[in-house]
Amino acid sequence: MQFMLLFSRQGKLRLQKWYVPLSDKEKKKITRELVQTVLARKPKMCSFLEWRDLKIVYKRYASLYFCCAIEDQDNELITLEIIHRYVELLDKYFGSVCELDIIFNFEKAYFILDEFLLGGEAQETSKKNVLKAIEQADLLQENLDFQIRLLPGMISGLLTVESVAVSVPVALVINLIPSERGFILHVLSFWSLDQTKTKLI
Amino acid sequence: MPAPIRLRELIRTIRTARTQAEEREMIQKECAAIRSSFREEDNTYRCRNVAKLLYMHMLGYPAHFGQLECLKLIASQKFTDKRIGYLGAMLLLDERQDVHLLMTNCIKNDLNHSTQYVQGLALCTLGCMGSSEMCRDLAGEVEKLLKTSNSYLRKKAALCAVHVIRKVPELMEMFLPATKNLLSEKNHGVLHTSVVLLTEMCERSPDMLSHFRKNEKLVPQLVRILKNLIMSGYSPEHDVSGISDPFLQVRILRLLRILGKGDDDSSEAMNDILAQVATNTETSKNVGNAILYETVLTIMDIKSESGLRVLAINILGRFLLNNDKNIRYVALTSLLKTVQTDHNAVQRHRSTIVDCLKDLDVSIKRRAMELSFALVNGNNIRGMMKELLYFLDSCDPDFKADCASGIFLAAEKYAPSKRWHIDTIMRVLTTAGSYVRDDSVPNLIQLITNSVEMHAYTVQRLYKALLDDISQQPLVQVASWCIGEYGDLLVSGQCEEEEPIQVSEDEVLDVLEGLLVSNLSTPVTRGYSLTAIMKLSTRFSSLNRIKKVVSIYGSSIDVELQQRAVEYNALFKKYDHMRSALLERMPIMEKTATNGPAEIVQTNGETDSTILDTKHLPNITQPASQANDLLDLLGGNDVVPVIQTTVPTKPASAGGELLDLLGDLSLTGGPTPTPAPSVPMSQPPFLLDGLTSQPLFNDIAAVIPPMTAYNKNGLKIEFTFERSNPNPNIAVITIHATNSTEAEMTEFVFQAAVPKTFQLQLLSPSSNVVPALNQGSVTQVIRVLNPQKQQLRMRIKLTYTHKGSPVQDLAEVNNFPPQSWQ
Repeated sequence: MQFMLLFSRQGKLRLQKWYVPLSDKEKKKITRELVQTVLARKPKMCSFLEWRDLKIVYKRYASLYFCCAIEDQDNELITLEIIHRYVELLDKYFGSVCELDIIFNFEKAYFILDEFLLGGEAQETSKKNVLKAIEQADLLQENLDFQIRLLPGMISGLLTVESVAVSVPVALVINLIPSERGFILHVLSFWSLDQTKTKLI
Repeated sequence: MPAPIRLRELIRTIRTARTQAEEREMIQKECAAIRSSFREEDNTYRCRNVAKLLYMHMLGYPAHFGQLECLKLIASQKFTDKRIGYLGAMLLLDERQDVHLLMTNCIKNDLNHSTQYVQGLALCTLGCMGSSEMCRDLAGEVEKLLKTSNSYLRKKAALCAVHVIRKVPELMEMFLPATKNLLSEKNHGVLHTSVVLLTEMCERSPDMLSHFRKNEKLVPQLVRILKNLIMSGYSPEHDVSGISDPFLQVRILRLLRILGKGDDDSSEAMNDILAQVATNTETSKNVGNAILYETVLTIMDIKSESGLRVLAINILGRFLLNNDKNIRYVALTSLLKTVQTDHNAVQRHRSTIVDCLKDLDVSIKRRAMELSFALVNGNNIRGMMKELLYFLDSCDPDFKADCASGIFLAAEKYAPSKRWHIDTIMRVLTTAGSYVRDDSVPNLIQLITNSVEMHAYTVQRLYKALLDDISQQPLVQVASWCIGEYGDLLVSGQCEEEEPIQVSEDEVLDVLEGLLVSNLSTPVTRGYSLTAIMKLSTRFSSLNRIKKVVSIYGSSIDVELQQRAVEYNALFKKYDHMRSALLERMPIMEKTATNGPAEIVQTNGETDSTILDTKHLPNITQPASQANDLLDLLGGNDVVPVIQTTVPTKPASAGGELLDLLGDLSLTGGPTPTPAPSVPMSQPPFLLDGLTSQPLFNDIAAVIPPMTAYNKNGLKIEFTFERSNPNPNIAVITIHATNSTEAEMTEFVFQAAVPKTFQLQLLSPSSNVVPALNQGSVTQVIRVLNPQKQQLRMRIKLTYTHKGSPVQDLAEVNNFPPQSWQ
């Protein structure tokens, strides 16, 4: 892949990831032209078009256009799958993602993309692993590196949390000191990607 | 100094701006605050400020003053800082910036960090935007990480290595040892990225490719992995709509394609698995079709058995019937690539392809059009032409030019009858007349002169078309030319093919004069009609009227028209005795290549062609005298004069062969008749796209080495050889003439003579101008029949004009490689 652009129906850029070195001016020019071209396409047209000497694969999800430029020998249909996988990752992470999520958390959208693609190629084909890595990196960011012990009473509570979160706290054991309970719940809700599934103790 | 506002706050604020000016104001204010914060070297909020800067950068505002700050963030110990710092580096610091090299040390340290996520950040940044210098410095670290047992890092290191190899290909060797057991990993992420790495290495270096084929036995390993993927049950981690890890499957298929291309053993080893994938993959969703698509591409590219190829084409045929537009598009693209080699198989899907012409999507229509032209042959020409003409009627203007050219080409090759041909041309001219290419006018004129018995019919139809509509210039030009030539037939009302119309001389002249005065006519058209009127002076009896028209235009503002009119006037006055001879019927023109340079001579209108008439005689004697010169020079013994075709004249030779060669013209699918007829025979790898496995001439194309026959004064002539399959005694030599001087060589003529025991045939050259500074070449095909298998010798004579002065040279070519005549 040479680059990926996300833009709204009004042509506003929401994310740009370039895997080829180009000057700022060139990037702006390409973005402008490509956005114009894609927005001019009618809804029934196919998702592929030839533009300059590249193949462009684009798909619209709600109000956002996801647009990738691939090379001649790349498979267009699997690129559509890659786009879909990225959207699924965003959806899992933000919980029913919408354009506003990506606007306000653009740096997280980049982080997720960087865990999924590297140098234009997919680095991880398992959705679960990508999300796990993001979570753990987020955790690192929150600086949670203290030891907490697991007590039997907590097990039932923990096990109802989404399975993804369970694999994480193997190294971390939770302490049930009341003053920290609020904090632990915060941690649990942070880990679990779907907050409604977290059972409160 | 109060704490700088948070990122989300800023985003919210900026989004409330109602005008562009308001937004700019807010941004400028914030930038100022950020700048002063940077100046204060504030560590706590640097991260936040850079994040805000990145947001503003995405909106399109300049953010270069944040570059150094990104570097500081990367060097910080906090993970948050590093995360934003690396993101900023990827967005702001590409390799064109001078400061980007300062990152190298930071990245190096982070590659050896104790936390894998930090290492991951560094690998990601290096793999996305590392410059060649950075890659050179850090390749060793990447290679080390490629051998680690941590799969999280290993997969990233593999893709980072791909980037390093792309930037600095010489470093490829370095990663070879690390690839040894990459494929024995269980982790799909590592497997996927390893396959990408291996693909990159094999694509870049043929040595690597053969190494992986033979020494590493890559193919069996890949086949095994692919088999496991297909046969294994449901695995929730990698499942997409019922298919296990489609991304990995597609990548493996692509690598197999590269490994199997041109190699029998490898292709054989993968036949089974390809058949399995092709038959067992679910096609209800896009994922399945993506895998099938890749499989088809692989089958077509390797040396697969014919059963497999038919299977592949059938898959493509099914794709064509799919409701999903994307799938249809992909199918048409692939079929276009395979239509040359598997023509018959593709023919079976012809009706579906023709249906796609009616699709609403522009890209699909275009592909269907190109494919339809590629599929036209003698059997289906009538049916196809009906569809194509219908398409021409209803398609967008952008398509009309290409479609018209394609129709002309197809009609020329496969016309079942002359009348059908002329009818088809008429139809194209009347429906898409203004989009027809300029050089098709002389072609059509030539065609019409050749079909002698159809003259009356043609002129009658053209006349009727003119009465309807004079806005389409090509139609008008052809029509006026015909009326000029065959006006007598028109007026006499003798037409066998259809009902003859009653037309008087005055009516015809009315129409032609109407063309002259009409605003719709271009100057070229006016030229045509004036000449037509003039020609009618020998065919019609109303001389006075014609004389009057001609003299009026003697004072026309248009210089071309004026010149013609004055010359015709002179004809009436001083050379009346010559008039009838000059203006008599045109002789039948010899058919040359559809797109040859000969046409350029004709487009200027009738004055040129009448001059050509008188020139015809001396020109025909020229080749004979030139051949005689060669005889003299070669000492008269054991030499045979050459049958040759030279560019500006049209001697009656080689016409048949040219038509055969024209049959190869549409290799790229129709509407681009630019390659010269000699090209298909000498350069099979270029015209046959990457999907085909067998070149046009299987055996010896690569075996006989090319040779330089002549190299003097900047002109270099190279000979490349093939052996013609049906007759092994014929050697086909293609000469490539290139010019390394600064001025081009015009009127370039290549002649050759061979000893008596051989027979030589020179075909038409691609052009007679050799461009300067090796910017292009002139190619010409020579066929040498060597029944006695004697050593090939040749004398060549070159004539050209260089920097205004004519140059002539003779040379003997003796250094033919033995394989060319044995």
